[in-house]
Amino acid sequence: MLNIQDLEKTLNSELNTKIKSSLIKHNQIYLKIDEADLTEVILFLKTNSKTKFRQLIDITAVDFPENEIRFKLVYLLLSHEFNQRIIIEIDVKEKEIVGSITSIFPAANWMEREVFDMYGIDFKDHPDLRRILTDYGFEGHPLRKDFPLTGHNEVRYSHETKKVIYEPVKLEQNYRNFDYESPWEGTKYIKEQTKE
Amino acid sequence: MAKETKTLNLNFGPQHPAAHGVLRLILQLDGEIVEKADPHIGLLHRGTEKLIENKTYTQAVPYFDRLDYVAPMNQEHAFALAIEKILKIEVPIRAQYIRVMFCEIGRILSHILNVTTQAMDVGALTPTLWGFEEREILMGFYEKVSGSRLHANYFRAGGVHQDLPKGLDKEIGEFCERFPKIINDLELLLTDNRIFKQRNVDIGVVSKQDALDYSFSGVMLRGSGVPWDLRKSQPYDCYEQFDFKIPVGKNGDCYDRYLCRIEEMKESVNIINQCLANLPVGPIKTDDGKISPPSKKEIKQSMEALIHHFKLYTEGYRVDKDEIYTAVEAPKGEFGVYLISDGSSKPYKCKIRAPGFSHLQAMDYLIKGHMLADVPAVLGSMDIVFGEVDR
Repeated sequence: MLNIQDLEKTLNSELNTKIKSSLIKHNQIYLKIDEADLTEVILFLKTNSKTKFRQLIDITAVDFPENEIRFKLVYLLLSHEFNQRIIIEIDVKEKEIVGSITSIFPAANWMEREVFDMYGIDFKDHPDLRRILTDYGFEGHPLRKDFPLTGHNEVRYSHETKKVIYEPVKLEQNYRNFDYESPWEGTKYIKEQTKE
Repeated sequence: MAKETKTLNLNFGPQHPAAHGVLRLILQLDGEIVEKADPHIGLLHRGTEKLIENKTYTQAVPYFDRLDYVAPMNQEHAFALAIEKILKIEVPIRAQYIRVMFCEIGRILSHILNVTTQAMDVGALTPTLWGFEEREILMGFYEKVSGSRLHANYFRAGGVHQDLPKGLDKEIGEFCERFPKIINDLELLLTDNRIFKQRNVDIGVVSKQDALDYSFSGVMLRGSGVPWDLRKSQPYDCYEQFDFKIPVGKNGDCYDRYLCRIEEMKESVNIINQCLANLPVGPIKTDDGKISPPSKKEIKQSMEALIHHFKLYTEGYRVDKDEIYTAVEAPKGEFGVYLISDGSSKPYKCKIRAPGFSHLQAMDYLIKGHMLADVPAVLGSMDIVFGEVDR
């Protein structure tokens, strides 16, 4: 049984040039690597007898619109044998294409499709990169921070045309996002209204 | 002369009773043999993760009930644990016991639903009628403790919302005494039933290696012979203190998964009994005023307590900048929350890892070469609930 400190040491010595930084927090290992090394590192973690991270738990992205390198891709892996979890992070620019890991883990297929759908990050050599959770013909990437919470289109059944139609979202009342953290300055939307 | 054959495309769902919700499955058939299955999901997508980013931590809890709506509290548990780990809160022991007890009730709720509807999909109606009577009682417990039968909103960071009402522990105890007989009745109807076995044995076989590669968890993994349960291997709350077994399958087919679920229900009853026997007395949420609100009595007497309460329920509590992945063993498998907090009272990002998502992904692999009639059997044994798959 490998403990987490030993595991981190092993990783650092075996993959030394590929690891940008590593950290142990909450009993999990956090690794930062380069996009170019991604497939190699994941294949190593899966096949090496000292690591055996044989299960891909999830792939997700995080959006930081104010950063120059906008996205962070996160891969979560689990090793049953050593009972350890690892979190691998890579930085990805907008419109950058990332290598797919579907050939290593078949389970990555839908996870990468979800990231593509929600964040618009493209994957190279993915067998079937389509949208997965959003509607057929949907536009935009909902989990990006600049995508509005209410969305752009709403859908209803029209009795006139006898079919389902899409229209721009029309709300009876504005979405009320109160700013409780500085209550004496008033909320944003009231400030904007009084300005007009 | 050879006959010319053509493959047939068939739309299974989204309004098919055996699709267990809103699954659109596009099947390519050669006669009655399935050549390819392409699940189209997302018909129940509500943008839970986006919504959570715009709500405070307290307001985000009810969204977790609406994921796997068959066992709501198990989901809340993962979220509560994630926050507690970041804030390093100690949960009082009584709260931990209550949480474990209600998680196991959730497990029974989910397994009853799955086992009986799977039986219905392959032609047996009676188990559903018997099983749902028991689910009704269990949801009664949910209602007594949280005020609602399904969307409980009961597990909070630092404990649970309210203490058990008087007499509830006795009622749950009576249920646990009676329930093993009900499981036995269900087993009499199904386990040795010729038709049930013909429809399930050797159907949808998953090998150990494939179960790992396809990110299976929970019963789907254990059914294939991998002894892995987060309650044992990475225990959270007070699961270490309980004595229970993890049933593991042998063949990885639909029938083994059914057997695992039946055995897990028995173990859950066992855990609930241990909870009730040793239920400690004491507080049910942390006394850290930064997270839990003052008591009603205090609010009535003190202005400061009232303001405090108001601030907690409007602004919410702040969570330090951090990043964490926490998982629990939900009835369907590993349910995880990947949470990024930025120091404000709203999560910066909250990714939900639903077990059903990876299970459904393997549909094509599982059903290839099987008959069309096996589709409901395989789908049933995967235990899919669309609330969590589509999020």
